[in-house]
Amino acid sequence: MIYLDNSATTKIDSSVLDTFNKVNSMYFGNPSSLHELGETTTGLLTQSRNLIAETIDVKPEEIFFTSGGTEGDNWVVKGTAIEKIAFGKHLITSEIEHPAVLESIKQLENMGWEVTYLPVDSRGIISVEKLRHALREDTVLVSVMAVNNETGSVQPIEQIGEALKDYPSIHFHVDAVQTVGKIDLKLGEQSRVDMAVFSGHKFHGPKGTGFVYVKKGRKLAPLLSGGGQEAGLRSGTENVPGIVAMAKALKLISEKQAGTQTELTLELKKYLDTKKNIEVFSPEQRAPHILCFGVKGIKGEVTVHALEKRGVYVSTTSACSSRKKVESSTLLAMGIPKSRAETAIRVSLSEDNTLAELKSFIKIFDEIYHSFKAIQ
Amino acid sequence: MITEVMVRYGELSTKGKNKKQFIKQLDNNVKNALNEYRGLKIKSHRDRMHIELNDESADIIINKLKVIFGIQTISPVIKVEKSIEKAKEAALFLVKSNYEPGRTFKVNTKRADHEWMFDTNEVNQMLGEYIMNSIPEIKVKMKKPDINVRVEVRLDGIFLSIDSIKGAGGLPTGTSGKGMLMLSGGIDSPVAGYYAMKRGIQVEAVHFHSPPYTSPQALQKAKDLTEKLVKFSGPLPFIEVPFTEIQETIKRVVPQGYIMTITRRMMLRITDQLREQRSGLAIINGESLGQVASQTMESMSVINEVTHTPILRPLISMDKTDIIEVAQKINTFELAILPYEDCCTIFTPPKPRTKPKLVHVLEIEEKMDIHGLIERAIQGIKIEEISANNNQESKQKHIFEDLL
Repeated sequence: MIYLDNSATTKIDSSVLDTFNKVNSMYFGNPSSLHELGETTTGLLTQSRNLIAETIDVKPEEIFFTSGGTEGDNWVVKGTAIEKIAFGKHLITSEIEHPAVLESIKQLENMGWEVTYLPVDSRGIISVEKLRHALREDTVLVSVMAVNNETGSVQPIEQIGEALKDYPSIHFHVDAVQTVGKIDLKLGEQSRVDMAVFSGHKFHGPKGTGFVYVKKGRKLAPLLSGGGQEAGLRSGTENVPGIVAMAKALKLISEKQAGTQTELTLELKKYLDTKKNIEVFSPEQRAPHILCFGVKGIKGEVTVHALEKRGVYVSTTSACSSRKKVESSTLLAMGIPKSRAETAIRVSLSEDNTLAELKSFIKIFDEIYHSFKAIQ
Repeated sequence: MITEVMVRYGELSTKGKNKKQFIKQLDNNVKNALNEYRGLKIKSHRDRMHIELNDESADIIINKLKVIFGIQTISPVIKVEKSIEKAKEAALFLVKSNYEPGRTFKVNTKRADHEWMFDTNEVNQMLGEYIMNSIPEIKVKMKKPDINVRVEVRLDGIFLSIDSIKGAGGLPTGTSGKGMLMLSGGIDSPVAGYYAMKRGIQVEAVHFHSPPYTSPQALQKAKDLTEKLVKFSGPLPFIEVPFTEIQETIKRVVPQGYIMTITRRMMLRITDQLREQRSGLAIINGESLGQVASQTMESMSVINEVTHTPILRPLISMDKTDIIEVAQKINTFELAILPYEDCCTIFTPPKPRTKPKLVHVLEIEEKMDIHGLIERAIQGIKIEEISANNNQESKQKHIFEDLL
């Protein structure tokens, strides 16, 4: 099996799974309990929070545990809107955000919030100038993803931060789900980013885990009210095994060199460029682990299944929308016509993929590519 | 770049003939606090201490020194070879490390090596000019500059320093004798301990434990609070006094309104006996006037009646908010507010007397075997030496690290 669908999800690291199982069986107490079992799990939560904070260079009290990227995005978007309802009802985002952001924002739009959707250019990148023009006195949120999950395009987060200099009260949210172990996203006091959302299963952690960075001093209304966990901002008994395992996964990936996939995707790109019936959709400037391309005239779905038969797993663009037969919304936003966008497949790598695997992939793909000639 | 750290003593210099003992104690405390850093060379002189770093991290060492009592200021020092270029770089490094817009500076050179090619004025001018060229907006100020760059040209090199970091002040812990701290597990008593240490008292913690009414967690919390004080004083004894029998007796014999008063009197009697056994000179507690029923002047005088030993109350005139601020500074606040019952809260009557009468107290105590109760409690004490990182958090960290 060659697994190249790591932006959809990664395989959990075996030692991370060990940790998950150990905590589940040995430390099952509820952190809110007063007795020793509760004490111990509280300790594990604290230590996990400290480790995650240290790894991404922020303070422990700025980390909030969630169930993953979708919850994180929902919380930041809606939590900002609710918290700041008295200050304004204008939101800014890009056309290529993950549905967790876009759909949250659409929900708010239906309820009376005003939204500016920033277009992207042919590389899938927003214009900071257009963002500047969109800023208003009543803007409360700017939400832009760091790395697009379909094409790997990288947004100019630092420049956006500079553009927000004169609007210190706007929440700047970055969906950082695709960044871990891939690109360096600066957080903390020196960064203008106020919130960043992470998901454990995208970096070999367990599914159903995630965390949100919320800069000290920024306020979000909670979506989940209840027992007051996570400083009252995210109630619900903590998923301690998942959290400890996620902290470990983050530590493991941070110890590896970031962006090692560049070499592999460049190798693939070199091959793709030699084929005249292949169109590469990912821009030159992209995250190291994602490459989106298509075979002219062949629907992405067909390519995915042809590869699957040979034991190779890739996606038609984002896994979230591929089952709904929706062509890539990112590609459409980049101005690529529907007929070409629907040919797209996405290869996404993790630290575990090797050059040998990639070479096998190229060989298999090449055979499939030639078999398609009959119908082109 | 920092090669050594210079420490100026606090009030020591005014202490006349005790000075030698003070310097020795401080030398001891500093060496204890820094003993894991093997590279250091620590030398105490009459008016200051020199710590040669030998590649140990200046930041870590300075942070450790910042909490040691008896230190007025801490100055990072850079030793360079006798080259004006090297001196310029070092001077700029020191100024930059302490510069904020609007700050002023001056260079103050002394020369022990009078053979060197530049005289003091030339050195002042060259270094000053270099700094001003590198930080164009900085201004020179001769009288009371914000940053005073001291340059000493000696035979073996040039030493540059600035007085940048304020020490913890106070007197070296241990120079004022021993005192017993009544440590409950609340917010106030650790802060009182901290202030006692600041005036040189060698503190021993006394904690009353009433199982099963108080939990093992409450005991651990008191130990963890004690552990937070270790960095100010070095390792200290934690004395756990079994208090169940006494509390049960009080509950049975004493009318509600007097439970608190008599409980406190028992605690004070036991603490005083421990003090005597362990050659202490005073008792320290976290009382703040009027804060609760036991801390009215009437209560204090009736409780205090059991002993003539000085009771030091460092927090007596502090407001709760100020106490909390200090507790946050010394990292005891978060621990102190953990929700465990301690022996002060467990049998608290709904309406304790705020103006207890001594005659009544004495009458009630007649019905109790005070002497026997105290003796049995003292026979049952457990003493544990609390040192750094010997706490619940470290144990949990250990569990966590095993999972990684």
